[in-house]
Amino acid sequence: MQEFVEFTLGGISDGMIYAAIGLSLVLIWRGTRVLNFAQGGMAMFTSYIAIIVINAGGSYWLGFGVALASGLLLGAVLERVVVRPTTGKPPFNAVIVTLGLLILIEGVAGIIYGSKNRSFPAAYSIVGAKIGNFALGAGSSPTAIFTAVSVLAAAGLLALLFRFTPVGLRMRAAAFSGTVAQLMGIRVGRMTTLGWALAGLIGALAGMLVTPQTFLYPNSMDSIFVLGFTAAVIGGLDSPVGAIVGGLILGVLLNYVTGYVGSNLPELAGLAVLVLVLMFRPSGLFASTATRQV
Amino acid sequence: MTEAAALAVTDVVAGYGSVAVLKRVSITARPGTITAVLGANGAGKTTLLRAISGFVRTRGGQVTLDGVSLIKLAPDHIARAGVAHVPEGQGVITELTVEENLKLGLLLRTRAERAAALDDTYGKFAILADRRRRLAATLSGGERQILVIARALLSAPRVLLLDEPSLGLAPRIVAQVLDLIRRLRDEAGLTVLLVEQNARGALSIADHGVVLNLGKVVADADAATLAADVQLRQHYLGF
Repeated sequence: MQEFVEFTLGGISDGMIYAAIGLSLVLIWRGTRVLNFAQGGMAMFTSYIAIIVINAGGSYWLGFGVALASGLLLGAVLERVVVRPTTGKPPFNAVIVTLGLLILIEGVAGIIYGSKNRSFPAAYSIVGAKIGNFALGAGSSPTAIFTAVSVLAAAGLLALLFRFTPVGLRMRAAAFSGTVAQLMGIRVGRMTTLGWALAGLIGALAGMLVTPQTFLYPNSMDSIFVLGFTAAVIGGLDSPVGAIVGGLILGVLLNYVTGYVGSNLPELAGLAVLVLVLMFRPSGLFASTATRQV
Repeated sequence: MTEAAALAVTDVVAGYGSVAVLKRVSITARPGTITAVLGANGAGKTTLLRAISGFVRTRGGQVTLDGVSLIKLAPDHIARAGVAHVPEGQGVITELTVEENLKLGLLLRTRAERAAALDDTYGKFAILADRRRRLAATLSGGERQILVIARALLSAPRVLLLDEPSLGLAPRIVAQVLDLIRRLRDEAGLTVLLVEQNARGALSIADHGVVLNLGKVVADADAATLAADVQLRQHYLGF
């Protein structure tokens, strides 16, 4: 029973990180129908910026804030400079561009920061809570709680932005129908840039939350990206709520695999889940459309 | 309502790829009038509206709104200049609610104006008030047409471009839509450029008419004159 609770809480904590990556992918997919394969690389890069700020004597929270701001800026700049020229071109162009971006970002990170693993501080203690002699595991630690709260808060703020503000309405209109949005005087390009900026911010948040567990190196976010992508696909790729639920399902499932089957299997299990979802429910659990090409 | 404006299209050449659909087309819509643009499929009616609203690049000629050129402006810029285009196929965003669709029209208004303008629209279009919380996807064809016209009006346009507003609607609903367009001119003084295949209906409410055929203007006269020209009607308008 203790193991079950431990694995479940750990799964929820990990799932929130997958959800954050998934959410960042959904933000871009909804607005531009582009799958940003560079999202993990962007999160890695902003984590490097954070560790430099922290190691230079800034506080963890200063590094945290700088990472989020860097993610926001990086997302906007990459969309405007690299991705925008693919607008109106065959969809495969954007796919190749984001894959190229990933290679570029990881290469630049390797050149600037080297390829060695760096440890990364956590926001709070990673020691799990206990109820009497009943240990709840790392999934109940202050850092895990912070992870869950921060991802849920980010998702909630995004939901409020989309649902209740004029800029959110503009973004949704631009995502659903660029033509109608333009007819209503909406600058669709700006909305796309804003979507990428917000995705960069959420990705940077995911990087800050996961890196204490994985160490930091140029490829450190690759496997996390695959799991975040899987979370987004489970949720339907179109649905922010679906990305959160998909992340939680995946996180808990992989923790059970790790705990009960074998510690080397979670990435393989994640890929298996991705393949199974694409085979049997390609539109995901929360897709707004009935079918989607994959 | 913002003051109506004059829209002038002068010698416009436009098309897709190497194909010129509009060949030196000239049309003037005077302030506070309905100008019907008529013609068969492929005449260039929709392309004309798309060229005015910036979705099709012109290769020659001039489009002006009260003397100010709209050429080379982006569609969103042209919308902000006061040209509201209701496209063929209605242009409802089905994933948004009725109210959210209407609020898109309000984005060009000042914050102080928005609430009153929305209330005013609900007063005029009770069907939209009743369905404000519903997804637009649940509306019928006629209701969607009313929604997109109401949304365009909320942006306080100076000129309204309507592309086949009666397309696919039942005759009773067509009459309601045409009556609505007539009231927009009579009560609000709006300048309307109305593209229609339903020539009889369009001429019944229009002040002026232009007939396009294969991208060229073949007739340009007041609506009553066009409606009375039996030869023109039989050749180009099908009634």
